[in-house]
Formats: sequence, structure tokens, C-alpha cells
Amino acid sequence: MLPGNGIFGRDEFKLGLDLKGGSHLVYSIDLTKKDPAQKDADVIDGVKRKIERRVNAYGVTEPIVQTIRNERGSFVLVQLPGVKDIDEAMKLIGQTAELDFRELKVDEAGKPVLDEQGKEQWVKATAKGSDGQERELAGKYLKPNAQVVLQPQTNEPEVAFEWNSEGAVLFEQITQRNLQKPLGIFLDNQLISAPTVQAVIKEKGVITGLNIDAARTLAIQLNSGSLDVPLQIVERRDIGATLGEDSLRKSLMAGIIGSAMVVLFMIAYYRFSGFVACLALVVFVALNLAIFKLIPVVLTLPGIAGFIVSIGMGVDGNVLVAERLKEELRRGRTLGAAIEEGFRQSWTAIFDANVTVFIACIVLYWLGNTFGNFLVIGFATTLFIGTALSMFTQVVVTRTFLRTVVGLGMARSPGAYGVAKQ
Amino acid sequence: MIDLVGKRNWFFLISAIVIIPGIISLAVFGLKPGVDFSSGTAMTLDFEKEVELSQLRQELTDLGYDKAIVQPAGKGDFFLRLPEISAEETTKLKESLETGLDTKITISSLYSVSPVVAKGTVRNTIIAVVVASIGILLYISWAFRKMPKPLRWGTCAVIALMHDLVVVIAVFSILGWAAGMEVDALFVTGVLAVVGVSVNNIVVVFDRIRENLKRGVSHDFEVIANYGIIESLGRSLNTGLATLFVIVALYLLGGVTTHTLVLALLIGIATGIYSSLCIAGQLLVVWEKGLTSRQKAAPSPA
Repeated sequence: MLPGNGIFGRDEFKLGLDLKGGSHLVYSIDLTKKDPAQKDADVIDGVKRKIERRVNAYGVTEPIVQTIRNERGSFVLVQLPGVKDIDEAMKLIGQTAELDFRELKVDEAGKPVLDEQGKEQWVKATAKGSDGQERELAGKYLKPNAQVVLQPQTNEPEVAFEWNSEGAVLFEQITQRNLQKPLGIFLDNQLISAPTVQAVIKEKGVITGLNIDAARTLAIQLNSGSLDVPLQIVERRDIGATLGEDSLRKSLMAGIIGSAMVVLFMIAYYRFSGFVACLALVVFVALNLAIFKLIPVVLTLPGIAGFIVSIGMGVDGNVLVAERLKEELRRGRTLGAAIEEGFRQSWTAIFDANVTVFIACIVLYWLGNTFGNFLVIGFATTLFIGTALSMFTQVVVTRTFLRTVVGLGMARSPGAYGVAKQ
Repeated sequence: MIDLVGKRNWFFLISAIVIIPGIISLAVFGLKPGVDFSSGTAMTLDFEKEVELSQLRQELTDLGYDKAIVQPAGKGDFFLRLPEISAEETTKLKESLETGLDTKITISSLYSVSPVVAKGTVRNTIIAVVVASIGILLYISWAFRKMPKPLRWGTCAVIALMHDLVVVIAVFSILGWAAGMEVDALFVTGVLAVVGVSVNNIVVVFDRIRENLKRGVSHDFEVIANYGIIESLGRSLNTGLATLFVIVALYLLGGVTTHTLVLALLIGIATGIYSSLCIAGQLLVVWEKGLTSRQKAAPSPA
């Protein structure tokens, strides 16, 4: 990171999907359908890369594509913040998008062979490749520059594509022998269109018969490459943008009101120690927010809840110290000695008390990760950071403040620490 | 000085009054699993025009979704829970409802989980709870390594901890059949967080009792324990209150997404304050002296 570009910059907080709105999708990768020659890891990696390309071409800002492998299988997790048309996006990501070309099955007389329902049958078009091998013409021979164009006369959308050299060799032979005959274009074994071949073509072609959205999706899929194995959606979470905004506003409100109550309570009960604790709390909140930006932590609703809870629990150390301080003052120690003694005696309790929270957070983080639940991860992360930081501010910041105060000779009366005059 | 240890049987009784019906509810009704654990599709529908609950129910039955659970979700929104349906079915359902009820519908949130994921979630949750429990047990035995009888202190802490967890889970079980409250991954998150926070209260109280034991405040362990608890009272109540302030604010003002998490925390932390002051130390005394005794016992081994 360059200075001024992150560390000192005023980046926005990174908001999770539940606050920004969008869609969280988990697909299972069906490895039983893979080519046995391929390694599992390569297939999964290929799926991930192709989905990334598709999502980027679709124009989503800050998408997340992650693979999860566990004993239940292999999954790919896709987060699409701010996506409006989720159905279309799901089609774009989830489809295998295997493109092939087929010719009509004909008998020796050249008549189409019909199946039981009287429909014509299609067979995959093959031709001799440049090395003399018989090959199927498929999407993998396309150059990655397919695009949507509007047919000038009819204004209908078309996907214009270009073959690479091998594809051109095959396509030439196939169009040659199918002149004036239909050539079926299939996507995932579904017929999209069956134009009649008008001329021998080598490099270029168009696919018609799609609406504008489907054409756009297909163009992206052709350019990203087809997936080697089928995907199946196993988890889907959509959050409307307004709902996210509403939740964010509510949580912030809750945080502000909750913190204000903590501040009032601390000052009312512990007087000057309480006031110092609140100053430490301000430092705590500022440091915490800075860390959220620096790491950066993706803030989710449970994440904000975790942070707010850590504000409440964060006074614990201060309470412990303030209570000890009161006791030591009652025992008649001087203020300076009481402060040192208060901190010394509270440290084991502060430390021990926070270890359990750390254990819980680590387990939760693991749990959230195993099933890609960003809400659980969000809570575990912020609560962990909050607890660790509060240990630091309770001990270092509060002590420094109190020592400074003693050094300056302010607030010397025990009454200022909530000890009644005897 | 308040005698919190002397009233221990009353405290045990109060806990029993809450826990026994809770355990019965758990045994009879269990917990109501949310989409995370049972698979299915849950969505919140935002209607442009106001729609009656009965109308919506009728319409869903007509569409063949007679098993759908429908709940009002405020501001004319409805929460809908169905067995898992595909994206196409979801779109079709929305469109059919729009024509049937003559209004525009926005799906403001949707959560759909297939059985394969739900099964794994249940399994991982169980692993997480077991791992967390082992971690906490190890920690407790470490934290009490300097105590006279570490096993005894550790066991009492674990019992007090279980007490808090049972209360949280039992309340959710009761809310399950009484108010349709479902448990989800965030509920588990709340429960595990309660484990962390609750042990921490107990540790602070025990820390004080240990200190008094070392100082030799009294010959009577009952008095020592009571001293320790009373000395922790201010800290436990004040920290607890501060935490509860923010949690209550989150519960009342925060969004619905975190309701189960925050409610679990609220119940768990409140119970944790109670059990650290009224149950945990008292259990130590019971172990030392038996349930009934108030007579002066031999000084506890220090």
C-alpha cells in the first residue's frame, strides 16, 4: 500500500452484502461429471476463473468468488453486491454454457430422420481438423471476442462470434456440406436457433433468436469459456438494497444510544475514573474503526453488533480497575499508589476474562468459514478485534490518562473516584 | 453485609423454576430449526398495496403452497417460509401472487438453502460447540491451576456455564412453539459468545474467592466465598449493566437480521450475571459443606 493510497487515505468502510444489498450464491461443483483425465483441483480452479471472468464482464463492483472444499464436496461461493436482476445473474454464472453446432440427421436419400414424435434429430457436427483428426465443432474454438450486435434491418439482437484458426478449418467444411440446409446452434443441449447456411463461411458467424438480455449473457459466457462441469445452486441469499440501508441506519442508531448510556452510567457511578474510562472508550472506538479500515474488515450487521457488544464489554477492565482503585483508596493508600496497585491486581482478571472470549471467537470464525457464512465470520472478527483492543486501551490508555492526571495534580479528592468521605 | 451464600438454596430453587420447564419444553418441542439447519426457502415480501394475511394464505394454498408458513413482518411486509424452491419457481410464485392479489411485490430478502448445505451446517455446528467446550474446559483448568482443588473449581464453573446455556436454549425452545422463533446460525453464534462472556464472569468471582482464601479472611469457607462474591458484586453488576445497555439498544433498535444473535446474548449475559453471583460460588460452598449445613465447618485447605 502506498502512503496516501490506503494508510492515510480516507477509504470508505467495506460493507458486507447484508448492508449494501446484493446476492450471495453458493454452487456445488459436480466433480463426478468431470473428464477423468483432469485433476479435481484444476477443474475447480477453472470453474472459479471462468466465473470470475463472467462476473467481471457483467459489470459487478467488488464481486467475491471463492471456492470452498470440504467433506461434503466442492463449492464455489459468489457474492454480487448491488445486482438488480438476480435471475439473469444466476443464469450467467450457473450455466455450463457449452456451445455446439449440430446438423440434421439424414438417411441415405438425404431425407431427415424423424424420431417417434415426428421431430427431426440433430447430430453434433464434426469435421477433419488441421491435423486430420475428426473433431466436434464446439465453443472452445471461439475467439474470446463475441459481442452483441443489433441486426441492421430487423433491429434484433445477435451474438457475433469469430473462430480461431482450428475452428475456421472445421466451420468451413461443415458449412460447405450443409449449404442451404439448417445448422443447429445448441447451448447446453438446448436449441437456440437453426439458421439455414447461405454460403461457405470460415471465420465469422452470428447467433440469432435471443432477446437482448440472453444475448448479452451468452456473449459473456462465450468469452469466458464454458465450464467443464455442471454447477448446482445450493444456497442463495438476496438482500434488497433498501433493506441493507435501513439495517445499517438502525444498527448505528442502536450503537450510538447504547454507547451514550454506557458513558452516562460510567460517569454517574465512577465519577472521575468513569470519565477517564470514557476517554479511553473514545480512543478504543477510534482505534477500532481505524483497524476496520486498515485490514480491511468487511462490516456486516452481526459484525457491527459484535463491535457494539465489545464497547459494552470493553468497560469491564475499567470497571475492574475503578473498583480496585476505590478499595485501595478506602484502605488509605495515596492516589498514585492506589492507581498502580489497582492496575497490578486487576491485570490477571482482565487477561483471564478475555481469553474465553477469544476462544469463542476463534471457534466461531472457523465455523463461519466452513460454510461460507459471512454473517458469522463478521461477528467473530469484530468481537475478537474489539476484545483485543479493549484489553489494550483498558490497561495502557486508561493508566496513562490516570497517571497524567495524578502528575498534574488534578482530581485528588477520593470523592472524585466514587469513594464516600469518611 | 448481604449474605448471598446463605440464601443459596433459594437461588437454586429460582434456577430450577426456570430450567425445569425449559428442559421439558426442549424435550417435547425441541428447537425450531431455521433455513440454515433444515433447508428451505425463506423470503420477505414487500407489498405495494396492503394485503390481508388471510388473503395471502388463501392465495398460497391455491398455488399449491399449502405448507407455507406466513408471518406478518411489519409495515405490510410478510415473511414466507417454504420448502426449498428453485429460482424459476420463486419468480413464478412472485408473479402468480402479483396477479392473484393485484399488487406489485418486491422480494426484499430471500434465503434459500438446499439439504446438502443444511446437513453440513448442522454437523459443523455440533463440531464447533464441542471444540469450544473442550477449549473452555482446557482454559478453565489452566485458569484454576493455582487454586487448591482445580478440578472442583473447574467443575463448578462448568456447571454454572451449563446453567446459562440451558436457560438460553430453553427460552428459545419456548419461544419456538409460543412465537414461532426459529434458530439459525446466528443463534449458535450468540450461544457461543455467551459461553465466552459467561465463563469470564465466573472467573472474576472465583479469582476474588481465591484471593480471600489466600489472605485467610476467615476460617469458614462460606464466609470467604460470600466475601469474594460481594466484592465482585460491584464489578459484575456494573460491567453486566454496561453490556446489557448496548445489547438492549441493539435488540430494540437494531434490524431484524441480528435478532436471534442479540436475543441469545441478552438472555445469556443477563443469566450469566445472575449465575456468577448466585450460583457459581454457592456451588463451591455446597461441594465443601453439603446442601443444608450452616454450622461452622473446618477451615478449608488453603
